[in-house]
Amino acid sequence: MPFESATIPASAHLGSLGKGFRGRIVRVGGASVPGIPDVDLAELERRLLEIGFIEDAVVEIVHEGLVGRDPIAIRINEMTVALRRREANAILVEPAG
Amino acid sequence: MTALDTAAPHAFARIALVGNPNCGKTALFNALTGSRQKVANYPGVTVERKLGNFVTPAGRRVQVLDLPGTYSLRARSPDEAITRDVVLGRQAEEPAPDAIVCVADATNLRQVLRLVLELKQVGRPLILAVNMFDIARHRGLEIDLEALSQALAIPVVASIAVRKGGTEALLRRIDTLADATPSVVETGGWTEPSATEIRRAHREADRILKLVVRATGRPAIWTARLDRVLLHPVAGIVILLAVLFLMFQAVFSWATPAMDTIKDGFTWLGAAVGDVLPPGMLRSLLADGVIAGVGSVLVFLPQILILFLFIILLEDFGYMARAAFLMDRIMGGAGLHGRAFIPLLSSFACAIPGVMATRVIENRRDRLTTILVAPLMTCSARIPVYTLIISAFVPRTTLGGVVDLQGLVMFGLYATGIVSALLIAFILKRVLWRGETEPFLLELPNYKLPDPKNVLLGVVQRGRIFVRRAGTIILAMMILIWFLSSVPGAPAGATEPAINYSIAGQIGHWMAPLLAPIGFNWQIAIALVPGLAAREVAVAALGTVYAVSAGDGEALRSTLASTLAAHWSLPTACALLAWYIFAPQCASTLGVVRRETNSLRWPAFLFVYMIALAYAAAFATFHVTTALGL
Repeated sequence: MPFESATIPASAHLGSLGKGFRGRIVRVGGASVPGIPDVDLAELERRLLEIGFIEDAVVEIVHEGLVGRDPIAIRINEMTVALRRREANAILVEPAG
Repeated sequence: MTALDTAAPHAFARIALVGNPNCGKTALFNALTGSRQKVANYPGVTVERKLGNFVTPAGRRVQVLDLPGTYSLRARSPDEAITRDVVLGRQAEEPAPDAIVCVADATNLRQVLRLVLELKQVGRPLILAVNMFDIARHRGLEIDLEALSQALAIPVVASIAVRKGGTEALLRRIDTLADATPSVVETGGWTEPSATEIRRAHREADRILKLVVRATGRPAIWTARLDRVLLHPVAGIVILLAVLFLMFQAVFSWATPAMDTIKDGFTWLGAAVGDVLPPGMLRSLLADGVIAGVGSVLVFLPQILILFLFIILLEDFGYMARAAFLMDRIMGGAGLHGRAFIPLLSSFACAIPGVMATRVIENRRDRLTTILVAPLMTCSARIPVYTLIISAFVPRTTLGGVVDLQGLVMFGLYATGIVSALLIAFILKRVLWRGETEPFLLELPNYKLPDPKNVLLGVVQRGRIFVRRAGTIILAMMILIWFLSSVPGAPAGATEPAINYSIAGQIGHWMAPLLAPIGFNWQIAIALVPGLAAREVAVAALGTVYAVSAGDGEALRSTLASTLAAHWSLPTACALLAWYIFAPQCASTLGVVRRETNSLRWPAFLFVYMIALAYAAAFATFHVTTALGL
């Protein structure tokens, strides 16, 4: 899986990006996310919103795990949240300008 | 009851503390109540119920309930469901709180504002306590509490839980609010928020933040610096392993002197009782049943205190969430939560503290999986049994001049335990909780220096829970096993050891045909009955059955080893080793699982699956080794 920032399209799933990525959240949740059944998606969307992920917030990937660079730690506002790449894919981001 | 108590108004007899995880809520609870607190479980669930009390400046005696941390009243776990139900007044046998104190982390105000907005909908009197105010000020963060109170239309106070007098403003505010509250409040305005409503709450929180935060302050520099090392993919794991190594060194070696003292103390007490009372049932019950039984459990108290000292220090420092982050993928392969590794490693000392330590796992299913596999880790009580059989049957040679054969067998027994624990966890996750995957979503809190008083309170609390258990359920089981092994006594002129005539002896003889297919003789079958009390008791029991009376300790073990070598075949010895990897030969563990899961179903399940595995493993071992002609 390529993590190079050069290949980032206009918007990308947060779970597919590498350490050091900094950007803005475009969407939390959404119609379909690779690797997550649609039935779980509505619940995941609410959980992500509740822990603090919200559209327009600035996020930064600050740490990665050892195995498969998973999980990842995200800096958002005043806090740091750890989550697996699978769930992070439910967050759509675009690079900070 | 003093006159002051009866004069105090009835309203505001009870408040509940609510807040996000890591907001310093428990520290505030400790500051308010000191040591005047009781820890119990909610009926039917594994959630802890912490209740304390304090007296306000105006003389109100207030009971305070410390509720599990949550981000929203829309509960996701059994812990959070308790918070929701208590706040809404729906929790059975728990009177609805007269007021709610919402505790905020001053350095992460944004997070708590959404919870405050939800709590306001509930309709109960509400106070916001902005905690860790000192840390916020230190980082240059300025919050206008007056403006915050106006924007939210509720009373707001600053608090510093870890400083003396840091809760005075809160106490005074509770009095003022109590005086101003009408006797009947209207509640019931809360409904579970939809995604749209959470987004709206985010916007509202943003708006309020802009009004009240005068200066945003500096980020937590030390947390970022420490995380660069502690969360480094390689260095982080090396440090984690070093921390664990230190922890288990401490649990094993620091505890030894205290454990020896306790052991000697109970031996002395047993002997003293033996001297005072005439021989007979009463002496046997007190010395061999009660004193020896309680002693064999209390001996683990030093290990439990040291283990929990480390766990609470790491938790309060903020490291526990990091450890879960580092271990998540490694443990996750077996279907275990990242936080499961501390309980599982603790189980190498003893499954009892290990099972108790699963409290760090919030999700119920993840916690149950960990509890169910923890007894498969090779605990220290198996060591006497393993060393006895190994020294009797495995020759003292080295393979290729390097590897000690006895050591290799020991290592193999440990490795089998670990591998089967991971396999069972994997299977449980696939079969029992099929398709339910819990997302790993965890806030990494800023590092904080642990407050000595809070740490001490936590350790003492764990110790007290353990001692209470040792004094009730475990004691009862010990007495039962003593009863089985000594009643009825040997008839006059008996030639065989007394245990042969007891109920345990009869059970042993009755079980012998069942155990014959796995190569066990009736002597082993008898020893397994008192061995249910604790694994190492089987060694003494074998000594009794084979009438080896060469004192105790090393002398007993070496004489017994040669007796066993003469009486057992190698396949029998191997089968017994295989049996001991899996067999649930520990009444205390079952008692703790019963207490921690708050049900009889899970200890029963644990017992059945471990017995089944033990039988299968011993059967396979016996027949394979026999076929190989060993």
